[in-house]
Amino acid sequence: MINFDFALNIIVGVIVGIGLFFFFTATVGLLRFPDFYCKLQATGKGDTLGAILTLLGIVIYILKEDFSFSTILVSLKLLFIIFFIFLANPTATHAITKAGLDSGVIPLRKEDLER
Amino acid sequence: MNKKVVTFLILFSLWCIFSGMFDVFHLALGVISCLIITLISGDLIFKSEKFTKSHIRDGIRFIKYIPWLFYQIILANIHVAYLALHPKMPIQPFVLEYKAKLKKDISKVVFAHSITLTPGTITMDITKDNIFVIHCISQKVADDLLTGEMEKKVGRIFGENIERS
Repeated sequence: MINFDFALNIIVGVIVGIGLFFFFTATVGLLRFPDFYCKLQATGKGDTLGAILTLLGIVIYILKEDFSFSTILVSLKLLFIIFFIFLANPTATHAITKAGLDSGVIPLRKEDLER
Repeated sequence: MNKKVVTFLILFSLWCIFSGMFDVFHLALGVISCLIITLISGDLIFKSEKFTKSHIRDGIRFIKYIPWLFYQIILANIHVAYLALHPKMPIQPFVLEYKAKLKKDISKVVFAHSITLTPGTITMDITKDNIFVIHCISQKVADDLLTGEMEKKVGRIFGENIERS
């Protein structure tokens, strides 16, 4: 119990750090991957996990600082944000790819990459 | 239970969480606006007329599915992070057509959503004969999908039996 507060701080730091790492790889993927669909692969999902982990870290931090009725309400709202990101992000990714497919963007294949 | 009552209860509990004020004035405002919304569009959340126990059972099974999905998302995200950071970038993008055996609309939606959420695969389209057009970024993620484990799990949530030969 001596360093309970410290241990929780470390956990929050690790979770937020991992979330930021996934944001970073999503951005690197967006810049490096060759075509439209591959770029979407990187951002559409890396962002989801990054945002979810970062917000989870914030939820734990708020509850740790001051465990009362009002902070529970705030953390519930944050959990709802996580839920809506979880729903909206893949839907948007799918909508963008479908728009690309419908307007005739041809996906890159392995054979094109080898050339 | 009538579905409009359940819709009203869901909306009102959301109101309570979002407003965070519990005096008579704000609660009354909440009751009035939730009633109006329930009257206008109360048949959007549930398809069937009555709210039954099977809805609750589906919900519980869906909540049990989320931790597994989250684990898969993390695994696949690590894979994509590896692809993005690798100096040679060993990606092999290709388009896969996957014949699914799910029948209900809701299970198709959840399945397509799960595919899009696990990185490396995006559902591009669902045709009328139930073929999922999926863009994969490497062979490994496609193999994970082709085992059919995810489809079986989604089918189990909504009470559909899927036998893969």
